[in-house]
Amino acid sequence: MRTRPAARVAQYTALLAYLVFLLLPFLWLLSVAFKPPRELGSLHPTWIPKDPTLANFRQAFDEQPLLHAAFTSLLAASSAAVIAVALATPMAYVMARRRTRLARAASGWVVVSQAFPFVLVIIPLFLVLKKLRLIDSVPGLVTVYVVWSLPFALWMLVGHVRTVPVELEEAAAIDGAGRLRTLVSVTAPLLAPGIVATALFAFVTAWNEFFFALVLLKTPEKQTLPVVLTHFIGAEGAADLGPLAAAAFLATLPSLAVFALIQRRITGGRLAGAVKS
Amino acid sequence: MTSATERSRPARPARPATGAGAPRGVAGHGAWFLVLPALVPILVLSVGPLLYGILLAFTDAQSGRTAPTRWTGVLNFSDLLRDTLFWESFRIGLLWAVTVTALQFLLALGLALLLDQDLRLRRTARALAIVPWAMPEVVVGVMWRLVYNPDAGILNETLHDLGLGDGRDWLSGLATALPAVIVVGVWAGMPQTTVTLLAGLQNTPPELHEAAAVDGAGAWRRFRAVTWPALRPIALAITALDFIWNFNSFALVYVLTNGGPGGRTRLPMLFAYEEAFRYGQFGYAAAMGCVMVAVVSVFLALFLVGRIRGGDGG
Repeated sequence: MRTRPAARVAQYTALLAYLVFLLLPFLWLLSVAFKPPRELGSLHPTWIPKDPTLANFRQAFDEQPLLHAAFTSLLAASSAAVIAVALATPMAYVMARRRTRLARAASGWVVVSQAFPFVLVIIPLFLVLKKLRLIDSVPGLVTVYVVWSLPFALWMLVGHVRTVPVELEEAAAIDGAGRLRTLVSVTAPLLAPGIVATALFAFVTAWNEFFFALVLLKTPEKQTLPVVLTHFIGAEGAADLGPLAAAAFLATLPSLAVFALIQRRITGGRLAGAVKS
Repeated sequence: MTSATERSRPARPARPATGAGAPRGVAGHGAWFLVLPALVPILVLSVGPLLYGILLAFTDAQSGRTAPTRWTGVLNFSDLLRDTLFWESFRIGLLWAVTVTALQFLLALGLALLLDQDLRLRRTARALAIVPWAMPEVVVGVMWRLVYNPDAGILNETLHDLGLGDGRDWLSGLATALPAVIVVGVWAGMPQTTVTLLAGLQNTPPELHEAAAVDGAGAWRRFRAVTWPALRPIALAITALDFIWNFNSFALVYVLTNGGPGGRTRLPMLFAYEEAFRYGQFGYAAAMGCVMVAVVSVFLALFLVGRIRGGDGG
């Protein structure tokens, strides 16, 4: 449009400043991850490692059961994502297609659940899971993750269902397709990308989660990646910073990969739409 | 449309139980069947525990005790009223939540307005700007510990290079710990707010902007008269949610300072966590949770009221 050159320069400068603020800490994490202990102990650290090394990654794997924890995280996060989406999709469909009292109550609950202080939910859940002997077990954690990710899974899926025109379903009905047939042949294929995106988002949320895992998993061999990472912290000397950074970087890779995959779909559009309607 | 439906009806395969009176779409009388798989876990593991948690606040429930739990009425709450440590933690929590939410909103609004401009590389910039959102909170904490590290950290080194003194131990200093933690909170929550506000901006009709520009309105006038009224409901919603999320935040500060130094960054969630899972005072911690819900509910009510009013105002 008609923006003056001086204003343009100011805009680019501001955007650059934002990106520096948002990205430099991450680059510093990378820098530390590839530095040998001698450089980490230096009084004047540099941005670019003078003598880059992979030793920190090797040491991180030796010191802590990282691989095992990564596997536990993967198992917990993927089961939680698949179960949550499987449970939420039918309900989201009903919520999007029918404006019943139930659908409205469910939408209200989605909003209210955002305000739960975890501590008020985790204490009773802890007691219930203890009765069921699900404390200190991955199935127990998955149960909590499923319930915890249902609100935003519903929220996202309702939006996706609304993008599937109801006229298509009606057309299929007119052509003589039964309900099940309509859902399987018409709705499901159109809804599939939205379901996958929701599942991936639920996966990242569970992969990144810390509080429930900290409370529910006590045995070190059963702990998830974020909990194991916190064992690195503490009495850290300069020599331990490298492995800590290396492990932290590795723990971020799956989340970054998923976000890169679905980044176009990650918008506040859901919230925007919900507020507008 | 109606006539087509009428005509086709006799030709449809007979599905007596569900066919005739079904409303639009496939979700007819089978709605309950579709809703139950999600509704049961929600009721059993979310609504149920919430109510159970509120009941626990009126008991002396403790971890690992053999004696049966007894009702103690409002004893937990009256104890809480006199617990100066808790109120100090509560004050810090409010300070943290208000400051982080306000800064998040202002910075995110600026970034969203920039990303809404017709700049080169804005898609790349948007993709890069959401990186903090993807990172696990524990990693964010670890990363900023490395930035703030008094010896090996880049912050002190940069300050030194700029001739701004020798720097300090940011996370252990009584005066600097809370501000340092707040910066991390803002950093971590900014992308989500930005992306939401950007979606709101992109919903405003560009013709309005152009009309205002033709009428000679400057950038600020255009923002006040055109952009803000359209953005207001979304801004209100994301701010309310940000406040709630920030007030309930745990992992970031647990990793950064674990509430130290001297309780200067002990957010209410950290306080309640220690009470429940270090000292085993389930009843007392549940009472803290109730007080936190009460505060958050006030803000949620404001959010809903504003949401309705925003809808009326257009």
